[in-house]
Amino acid sequence: MKISVERGVLLKAVAQAQSVVERRNTIPILANVLIEADGSDVTFRATDLDIEVVDRAPAQVERAGATTVSATTLHEIVRKLPDGALVNLTADNATGRLTVEAGRSNFSLATLPKEDFPVMASSEYASNFAASAPVLRRLFDKSKFAISTEETRYYLNGVYMHIADGDSGKALRCVATDGHRLARIDADLPEGATEMPGVIVPRKTVGELRKLLDDDDMEIAVSVSETKVRFATKDITLTSKVIDGTFPDYTRVIPTGNTRKLEVDASDFARAVDRVATVSSERSRAVKMQLDEDRLVLSVNAPDSGAAEEELAVAYGDDRLEIGFNAKYLLEIASQVDRENAVFMFNSSGDPTLMREGNDQSAVYVVMPMRV
Amino acid sequence: MPSLCLDCLTDFDAGRRCPACGSPRCISHPELFDLSIAHMDCDAFYASVEKRDDPGLEDKPVIIGGGRRGVVSTACYVARIRGVRSAMPMFQALKLCPDAVIVRPKMDKYVEVSRQIRTMMEELTPSIEPLSLDEAFLDLTGTTRLHGAPPAVMLARLTKRMQNELGLTGSIGLSHNKFLAKVASDLEKPRGFSVIGAAETQDFLHDKPVSLIWGVGLASQNALEKSGIRTFADLLRWEQADLVARFGSMGERLWHLARGQDHRRVSRNAPVKSISNETTFGEDTANPEILDGHLWRMAEKVADRAKAKDIAGRVVTLKLKRANFALLTRRVSLREPTQLADAIYRTARSLFDQVGDQGPYRLLGCGLSDLVKAEGADLSGDLLDPQAGQRSAAERATDKIRARFGSDAIVKGRALR
Repeated sequence: MKISVERGVLLKAVAQAQSVVERRNTIPILANVLIEADGSDVTFRATDLDIEVVDRAPAQVERAGATTVSATTLHEIVRKLPDGALVNLTADNATGRLTVEAGRSNFSLATLPKEDFPVMASSEYASNFAASAPVLRRLFDKSKFAISTEETRYYLNGVYMHIADGDSGKALRCVATDGHRLARIDADLPEGATEMPGVIVPRKTVGELRKLLDDDDMEIAVSVSETKVRFATKDITLTSKVIDGTFPDYTRVIPTGNTRKLEVDASDFARAVDRVATVSSERSRAVKMQLDEDRLVLSVNAPDSGAAEEELAVAYGDDRLEIGFNAKYLLEIASQVDRENAVFMFNSSGDPTLMREGNDQSAVYVVMPMRV
Repeated sequence: MPSLCLDCLTDFDAGRRCPACGSPRCISHPELFDLSIAHMDCDAFYASVEKRDDPGLEDKPVIIGGGRRGVVSTACYVARIRGVRSAMPMFQALKLCPDAVIVRPKMDKYVEVSRQIRTMMEELTPSIEPLSLDEAFLDLTGTTRLHGAPPAVMLARLTKRMQNELGLTGSIGLSHNKFLAKVASDLEKPRGFSVIGAAETQDFLHDKPVSLIWGVGLASQNALEKSGIRTFADLLRWEQADLVARFGSMGERLWHLARGQDHRRVSRNAPVKSISNETTFGEDTANPEILDGHLWRMAEKVADRAKAKDIAGRVVTLKLKRANFALLTRRVSLREPTQLADAIYRTARSLFDQVGDQGPYRLLGCGLSDLVKAEGADLSGDLLDPQAGQRSAAERATDKIRARFGSDAIVKGRALR
């Protein structure tokens, strides 16, 4: 194999591949990226056996072929090369080395045979549809903070992407929860997605997918089967296994009878929460919210370190209420609000509270209170 | 070279025998009178107490431990010669030493004796960190002028007093930090007095296996061996960052220990680090119902102790020993600390379900660690488990009933399995 690629193009392709590679690896080949050159393209393929990413880049292919080298080493080298350099990659079958040349720099890297590289089995997808990058971005960005890290309830370690009855008909819905907070985000159902089976997209896949969506407005081809999900742009294909488990029935978790309504400027609220939480050094900082007519007092009382209080002007017309929350959870849901006021719907101090943006029902958050 | 007679406590400059009493039990070391961190370890403590109280046992091999299926808690030196070791299963110990006298542990007595030793140690320094009933770290830094004698002399005096007044012997390790003091106390036993000085630390550790480090058990040894680390010399070749990358927080500690550095202080009130309970069954079982009953009882015991101490824990551990003695442990972090039997049981139960091993088992245990004050525990509910609140209220109510009417007043059906 002998190819030439522009440094910027190469860096982008290799960066995506190497981020899939696990840092701690016991199987040497999994630390490598498979480079295959043919026609006028080169592809970079990396996998951790659960996720596979294939990145295609235009190249001058002088001699077709394939080899594998350490993904992190190649990435580091390309990253350090000067911008605009033309990089030559030459695989020497006799020595088993890959030569990386750019300007006066010359590297020789150990390779492993391409035959050893595990390629994810192709599968049939029950549903194929196109979704725009901003739609997917919103679905996953607004839900991923609630993904659980708990190992025992492994089925919560991802975003549950499925078809549901939304506010205005069928919707493409993403739900994530860790038992303390929950995010439920809806988007209009893309054409051709009606038959999509519900899948739990693992946390790492959500992270990798996010990198695909960075480029503004493009269409993403989404394919879903019971066991796998695939997101593809023109150049990059991300294939991932989904979590083999049943996502719990989240609908009964979302309160419908909460009547006490608080409306507050989300960023003012978040800043105030952040300020009062400063005095508590504990990992689970509890913030007390005292609600009175059009008045909200946020307070933290940490016997060992101090106390803080801050008052906010809000819209609230119901009975007096005192309720506590984990400060981090409050901050996270408040930061999801970007256009309108945050609207909280309370029941009692022991019941789950609902939060949404204005009257928008397409993004709903639930958070469990804490005893204070 | 500074020298000290362990029998008459005379200090002298050179010679193999004490110039005053002629005893050969002397210790010479260039840093003998400069070092001040010590580890005192009683020699075969439980067995020695039993032998002291029953002179008929003196020449017999004595094993302290539970019934046939229990394990050896302590073996006297006579039994140790025959190969009996602590933590060895009783049947194996009896195979090696069929004429052993088995004595059931009498903890109350040992606690009392331990307290007497503690009182003697307190006359030396307020900085005492007991590790168990029979061993403790002592920091005698800065006590020389108070006692009019350097730490080494005071420590030799302590073991002499223990022998004269309590009829018990102990071994001393003296060095410049806790890690080395503990290593030193193990170098010579019984009635030992070993010193590891600052100057010789590196040479001393060089060829020693890393298993010398307290807390490096078989599993860690295997992990280290995979990285080519068997001895301290191997460890020295590693950069700190690489050790941390590979072994996490232990890596940093290993890096320092490799250089004989240990900055932990001798702390009087070393906080409780974990609470655990385990039980060895009368006979091995694979019956899930019986195991479930044990699991609940263990969880409840752990919770009772946590509640009594007013603490809660964030990490739940499940321990299982298979019939062939293979040990399985599983642990998981909770999002929020708990002290509730219900939460501990449910977490341990899910760990048990994930073990995927049919047994049979001979032992089951349950533990709680990463402890915090109880006031930060069980504050928030679980969206996906709406009944959790009711169960925890029921547990609190149960606790109140038990406090008033006794611990048998109310039990879960599960506990009767």
